Amino acid sequence: MKHIKTLNTANLKKSTAKGGCGECQASCQSACKTSCTVANQKCENANK
Amino acid sequence: MENYLIHKYSLNGFNIVLDVHSGAVHIVDELSYRLLDYIKNDFVKDCPDEIYQALDKEYPHADITEAYGELYKLYEDGVLFSADDYEPFKEMMVNSPIKSMCLHIAHDCNLRCSYCFASTGDFGKGRKLMPFEIGKKAIDFLIEHSGARKNLELDFFGGEPLMNFEVVKQIVDYARSKEKEHNKLFRFTLTTNGVLLDDEKIDYINKEMYNIVLSLDGRKEVNDKVRKCVNGSGSYDIIVPKFKRLVEKRGDGQYYVRGTFTKFNEDFTNDVMELRRLGFDQVSVEPVVSDLENDYAITEKELPRVFEEYERLAKLLLELKAKKEGINFFHFMIDLEQGPCAIKRLRGCGCGNEYIAVTPDGDIYPCHQFVGMEEWKMGSVLDNTINKEMKNTFARANIYGKQECKECWAKFYCSGGCNANNMQYRGDILKPHRISCELEKKRLECAIMMKAAQL
Repeated sequence: MKHIKTLNTANLKKSTAKGGCGECQASCQSACKTSCTVANQKCENANK
Repeated sequence: MENYLIHKYSLNGFNIVLDVHSGAVHIVDELSYRLLDYIKNDFVKDCPDEIYQALDKEYPHADITEAYGELYKLYEDGVLFSADDYEPFKEMMVNSPIKSMCLHIAHDCNLRCSYCFASTGDFGKGRKLMPFEIGKKAIDFLIEHSGARKNLELDFFGGEPLMNFEVVKQIVDYARSKEKEHNKLFRFTLTTNGVLLDDEKIDYINKEMYNIVLSLDGRKEVNDKVRKCVNGSGSYDIIVPKFKRLVEKRGDGQYYVRGTFTKFNEDFTNDVMELRRLGFDQVSVEPVVSDLENDYAITEKELPRVFEEYERLAKLLLELKAKKEGINFFHFMIDLEQGPCAIKRLRGCGCGNEYIAVTPDGDIYPCHQFVGMEEWKMGSVLDNTINKEMKNTFARANIYGKQECKECWAKFYCSGGCNANNMQYRGDILKPHRISCELEKKRLECAIMMKAAQL
């Protein structure tokens, strides 16, 4: 495309198919303890 | 075209368009950016005359046709103006196994930080260390209530955990002894102010702790103004050499040097740079959580200045990265490709449901920030009880139950915010705290811009 560049290829909608396993880290445990940022976490689903 | 949500903004020379429901991020030229203002309720394949009339004087006709066509292609591909079809998943937001525990190993501290949300360590409940017997029961509780979850997280928190280090070691040994039998993997984290670190503790921590959080606010004068020893002197000179030694010996292991910024250091980029100068490359510097009455609180009034500072920091980090001298800033980390699934993103931190805090007496609270609020006590590891009704309330607290979140472009990145902050500031876990929201949105804008700059 000439006018647009898309940064990412993943579509969040597809992630629901095998999502919700619950193995990923509780977001508050990583560093913050005072706020909530989820988008920087790793997916830990072994069966995706 | 219905039920869609996009967020468009310009930052550092980039025109950025986030399509909220697909998670796609597009960097567009000025013409496409302006075209988006004309596409509201219906997106037809051929560019409507009124758009040509509006923009013909500024852009060549053919360019308008072309840019419009590119936007339409994204729409057709489901990565622009995509619909919100996640709401049915809120039915999955039910009671989950407990997999994360914040263990308040010490309700005591050897520092007297003026902004401490734990009332300088004791959470307003008296200074106390957790006995091993309670820790053991907490581990048993976690294993029993974790169902089929394999990865269990245990954070040694306080107060200051190193004031009760022998019990930390006993608990780690005990948990490890149970891993095989129950098919669990414990990941330990410890959050410390560093005062009691020595080589022996450093080696133990580096061996056993999956992550370590080291509290330091940045520049000496900033740190020492708020992070004081019991005798009122500053803590910087005591802790910095110890943190450096720990990180030096840690190798590739995960750690964060974590600072807090307040109204007193709105120029916190300088603190991030101080932490970098000291040799730390994994850094988190975060806004203080406090009563708005406190003189150091970040209030609505401070927001424009803090936004400006986040932008300054983002640009500086990009410059450093280009020179291969960058560091990792926790709040600018974002994974646009392989991040958590949409279902995880519906309710974020999991407090009171997947995540609980346990006090030195064995009392259970939804998270560390609720500790000390008697009305939020939800059980005890001593008699293996948990308030199922309260657990259910937290399990159901998702972005589709929070009206303000449902309509917010950042909903899949912060996932409804911090329930404790919501409670503290708005008296309701379902009502997001506006200042936290605004800060989070600004951080996200910066984080996405940084990705664009590295394209």
